[in-house]
Amino acid sequence: MADFSGSDLTCLRGERLVFGGLSFSAKSGDAVMLRGRNGAGKSSLLRLMAGLLAPRSGALCWNGESIADDRAAHHARTHYLGHQDAIKPVLTVRDNLRLWGQLRGVPDLEAAIDRALNALQIHHLSRVTGRYLSSGQKRRTALARILIGESHLWLLDEPTVGLDRESCAELAQLIAEFRARGGVVVYSTHIDLDVENPTILDLDDFAIPMVEWLAEQDDIEDMAQAMRAPSSQEAAQ
Amino acid sequence: MNGFLAILRRDLSLALRQGADSVMVVAFFIVTTTLFPFGVGPEVNILARIASGVIWVSALLAAMLSLERVFQADYEDGSLELLTLSPVSLELLILGKVLAHWLTTGLPLIIAAPLMAVMLNMDQDGFAILMIAMLLGTPALSLIGAIGAALILGARRGGVLVSLLVLPLYIPVLIFGAGAVEAALLGISATAQLQIMAAILLLTLAAAPFATAHAVRQAME
Repeated sequence: MADFSGSDLTCLRGERLVFGGLSFSAKSGDAVMLRGRNGAGKSSLLRLMAGLLAPRSGALCWNGESIADDRAAHHARTHYLGHQDAIKPVLTVRDNLRLWGQLRGVPDLEAAIDRALNALQIHHLSRVTGRYLSSGQKRRTALARILIGESHLWLLDEPTVGLDRESCAELAQLIAEFRARGGVVVYSTHIDLDVENPTILDLDDFAIPMVEWLAEQDDIEDMAQAMRAPSSQEAAQ
Repeated sequence: MNGFLAILRRDLSLALRQGADSVMVVAFFIVTTTLFPFGVGPEVNILARIASGVIWVSALLAAMLSLERVFQADYEDGSLELLTLSPVSLELLILGKVLAHWLTTGLPLIIAAPLMAVMLNMDQDGFAILMIAMLLGTPALSLIGAIGAALILGARRGGVLVSLLVLPLYIPVLIFGAGAVEAALLGISATAQLQIMAAILLLTLAAAPFATAHAVRQAME
């Protein structure tokens, strides 16, 4: 039984405070849906979860262990689907997928690629080079990537962009199968994806004004200084 | 190790399918070298005297020309993000990418160098040492260059910036590379210069992947 949780997460991008004091918890088979207006920090949260960003404060834990402690293990159990499809225009769909399988050390890779291509119904495209794919087909290829190799956590950032209605239903089906196998899914979407009772995390609830946050930080620093001050005097003596 | 070979193979097949880049680097090298006789005049002795320096400077510029594309394409299409997130250590993957870069740009330069040496009327005694020095020097150029290429990710007009960052770091390679050939031409042993170049190569081999990986992670934030 896996347990993925985050506590008291604060995310600072550049000079903008995206969200603060965010906590969540998800167990095997759970789906977490991220909601919020544009810029609320859905992508940032997913990048935090993937380990691409470090939180300003707070911690992300998998089974109680911080993901920052063993990055390789976290990367091995996670599949991240970002805004970009990472498809090379000169390589075929199969060659594009092969690299990601090889990096994960997937056994019997060609068969695994076949299965993934069949699941997304793009097997007929396996020899087509990336430049001839439509944007929906590229998105499907990117989705095929997350089916290759063992994983326990899917982080999907707007997975439905570029997909038609049918593909969205297939995606929902894939998510359901993954959850049935005990996987955890965190996703953000603007259209309704037919996922069974997801936990909804509304990022608008965690937006805090920069001024308030800064005041809070100042307090902490002041306190820290106050505590440090006597000891530095002692050191001087 | 499999990850290293996987990325190396992918980058090589990408370079093969977009062959223009490699050809362009060699063509740039040949054209730049050819400019010098026009500039300094066709006096045979002068050309022979400056040959090693000219070849090294042109090689530096040619190697730099191709740096921008080491990470840029992967950065733009999101592949770099996924490489950062792969279970294989990013340092190893970067080493694979740098090796692919060297095989597609450094190696062709080494092969083209003797031809340019002949054109510049360099004495035959220097040829072997020139090749050895380039064999030691060009991988160091790729490794140092990768740091610069990673640092400019996300910057506009990165190409100019990368030359400003990287060219000063290329100076030691230039000094000892040209020095080794000079020594050989004077009939002295070039061992000392070659050893220093080997040391530079080992140092960059040990340090550059970490520096580059750090810069790449920074670019992902």
